[in-house]
Amino acid sequence: MSLKTEELVLNMGPQHPSTHGVLRLELLVDGEIVKNVTPHLGYLHRCFEKHTEAMQYFQVVPYTDRLDYLASMGNNFGYVLTIEKLLNLKVPERVEYIRVIVAELQRIASHLVAIGTFGIDVGAFTPFLFCFRDREIILNLLEELTGARFLYNFMAVGGLNYDLPDGWTEKVKDFAKQFRNTIKELNDLLSFNKIFIERTANVGILPADLAINYGISGPMLRASGVKYDIRKNAPYSIYDRFDFEIPVGKGLKGTVGDTWDRYFVRVLEMEQSLNIVEQAIDNIPEGDVKEAIPKKIKPPVGTVYGRVENPRGELGFFVVSDGGVNPFRVKVRPPSFCNLSVINEICKNNLVSDVVAILGSIDIVLGEVDR
Amino acid sequence: MNELLKDILINVLLAAAPLFLWILPYALLAVYLERKVSAFMQDRLGPMRVGKYGLLQTIADILKLLQKEDITADAVDKKLFNFAPVLVFIGSYAAFAAIPFSSIYIGSNIDLGIFYILAVSSLVVAGLLLGAWASNNKYSLYGGLRTAAQIVSYEIPTAIVVLSLVIVAGTLNLKEMSEAQTANIFNWYIFGGPELSLKKFILIPFLLVAAVIYFISSLAEVNRTPFDIPEAESEIIGGYHTEYSGMKFAFFFLAEYANMFAVSAVITVLFFGGYQSPFGYLGNLLNMPWLIGLEQIFWFLFKGMLFVFVQMWLRWTLPRLRVDQLMALCWRYLIPISLVNLVIIAFISLL
Amino acid sequence: MKEYFQNIFEAISTVLVGMGVTWKHLFQKKVTIQYPDERLTLPPRERNRLFVDIEDCIGCRQCENACPVDCIEIETVKAVPGDDAGKTKAGQKKVFHVTKFTIDFSKCCFCSFCVFPCPTDCIKMTDVYEYSEYERDRLKYNFSAFTPEEAQDKKAKLEQFEKEKAAQKAAAAAAAPQPKPAAPQTPNTDNKETLS
Repeated sequence: MSLKTEELVLNMGPQHPSTHGVLRLELLVDGEIVKNVTPHLGYLHRCFEKHTEAMQYFQVVPYTDRLDYLASMGNNFGYVLTIEKLLNLKVPERVEYIRVIVAELQRIASHLVAIGTFGIDVGAFTPFLFCFRDREIILNLLEELTGARFLYNFMAVGGLNYDLPDGWTEKVKDFAKQFRNTIKELNDLLSFNKIFIERTANVGILPADLAINYGISGPMLRASGVKYDIRKNAPYSIYDRFDFEIPVGKGLKGTVGDTWDRYFVRVLEMEQSLNIVEQAIDNIPEGDVKEAIPKKIKPPVGTVYGRVENPRGELGFFVVSDGGVNPFRVKVRPPSFCNLSVINEICKNNLVSDVVAILGSIDIVLGEVDR
Repeated sequence: MNELLKDILINVLLAAAPLFLWILPYALLAVYLERKVSAFMQDRLGPMRVGKYGLLQTIADILKLLQKEDITADAVDKKLFNFAPVLVFIGSYAAFAAIPFSSIYIGSNIDLGIFYILAVSSLVVAGLLLGAWASNNKYSLYGGLRTAAQIVSYEIPTAIVVLSLVIVAGTLNLKEMSEAQTANIFNWYIFGGPELSLKKFILIPFLLVAAVIYFISSLAEVNRTPFDIPEAESEIIGGYHTEYSGMKFAFFFLAEYANMFAVSAVITVLFFGGYQSPFGYLGNLLNMPWLIGLEQIFWFLFKGMLFVFVQMWLRWTLPRLRVDQLMALCWRYLIPISLVNLVIIAFISLL
Repeated sequence: MKEYFQNIFEAISTVLVGMGVTWKHLFQKKVTIQYPDERLTLPPRERNRLFVDIEDCIGCRQCENACPVDCIEIETVKAVPGDDAGKTKAGQKKVFHVTKFTIDFSKCCFCSFCVFPCPTDCIKMTDVYEYSEYERDRLKYNFSAFTPEEAQDKKAKLEQFEKEKAAQKAAAAAAAPQPKPAAPQTPNTDNKETLS
């Protein structure tokens, strides 16, 4: 007589301590093994793209802040770069340098959140607090610069809204000095811990060709062994002047493209961002950050696609202009949305605990996924 | 007849005394200590506002839990749902009757000491399974299944280690074991036992391994990280206690802390000298023999709390193991090593 | 077999290293700031609740146009020659009475787009962040210096002034000599001149 078994539909519902935001994952499980994962989105949809049609070009910038709310500078950067491309506007050198410094600091802050919350998903509660302690320092720096800790509204089309306050560069240098100790501590506590490695190595392996086919970008793509970073392959702003490496997943503790690789690529990227900040902070030229900001933005008729390397991947803005003061259409290509699409493929035949770990390593932000 | 009744009553009171005199205050203290220790390890302060340095925080928590609404969903199996926390409570607290707090006080000096403790602690599994099944909730069911597998598997290395120690000590009675480790720190079983001979020194590494194995499996028995899969907050929300609220949840909670102390107490008695002081008694020095009993209580509680602190320390350092890795650890690592250990210790004891 | 023992050794060593890190942190300085007894000092650029110095406001409405969420509502009434609107602190003569200036803080997104275009620097962001209310209507802050009755009064004065001006213009047109017939009429720009 054979045993009758049934597959269980388990709902990791919109309210769950470890789906980072309001995401509903419908799991079809057979015992503890996952057979199918269906994500249900849209719980945080706020009609961003429709809103932009009613506002002027410069008024869209605070709204882009709220797309990926953990990396606002990156979103600002993407949008203003796109509009400057449409207007064929050249910004002063000082503006470029400050934009790069702030974007890299934001990348470090965003990766700290990703690492901390990934630790909590796997069960290690302490690294989260250590990561946030350092993130506080970055947020305090940015608060001195812009006045807000989270949603900065710092970059304007053609320049910046604020200039550097006195003494800011010294504080950034101090931070850079003590941050390397934190990375070392994190590695001791979490990255090379045997239990953590057991939990994440060889789990959720994403092969390189599958990643490219699904349109994955960012640390997830680099962890699968593909050396592709927009800052090096299609440089924007002044990234081509700095010397930094692109960390790629090498399968140190398991196979190439597993969860440990995705996690460790982020740790290595934080270090590289620190290198860029240290190179740029000493060489900021003098100038006026607001001189190139146009009084009225009325671009010519046309379309443009601008992209930047957000901490989560490639953020793209596709803007259609009909010659007026409001954009005709703004479409956002969010990195988390495209990265999330692959979750069904990589979660097959793993356990329920692994789904949580894999979701943590994809590092999604629902504000971006749903817009 | 009256004599018998009086006898029984006195014995019952004696056995139940630790419950009110130590366990309940300890549970309050342990919750506060856990929050403070976790906070200090994470560079923050923990509870500071309720009372000076937050000392009254647990009392506030208990009051809150007491006056909470007892939500029982419609579809649960009511009798089992209500009985499960009671069973877990019994399983955790009944073990304290046989633990020697001092030479003048032991709840119930039975010859089967350690065997009784192992047996009664197994009631906890039944309680957890009942709670998980009766909740009629997929997440609780997951938690319950994982718990059952985990606790039942980890009882085996526990029993094997205890067996090897019984071979060295020669008795199951916990009071006799504590009495044997007398005079100074090098007479403790972790350093080979009270007889000074070649056997003692050869036994030391194997008893050390046995202590480590016992500590790890006791972590699994009480569902502490890295083995806290049954209550893995970030995966299945609450596991077996998702559906419980109010006083019933408080039962589960307090039972977990009592279990922690019971297990620490057992490892103290087995390996670290029980209630014996490491270097001699103040009572002997000052010629006040009645002081010795009280000092022993102090040493026993001190060592117990030390192991509770180590358990908390591990919780806030390590991530969680996955279910199959947990089982692999038990069956492929702990059980073979403890079996080999047992054979070697038995062999050495024959010399 | 070798892997078996290597696993055990790695497990124990990394666990001990991790425990060492947390032990060290037990004695380090704690970073908690115990609010509300201790508070952070905020930087000078801090962007929290807005403040409008209504004496300096000239009613140009640049802030209202710049706001992306439309939380500022301004109504202005032109000042008639007899009723002076006064001067700003810097000495600029004010042309409008600002009769309504409300900011709805339940809508404000703290982007400070209203601060940049203000010509007299009268709208500023302060560092006040503890202003929660129990009712949402109490978050509509009214900065104007006029009560609704005074605002009505100003509007009535303006209407009267315009009526008088129109009547004067009609009388002047009637008293003037007859214009030459068949002269092509230039577009009438008289209205603009009288009202400015």
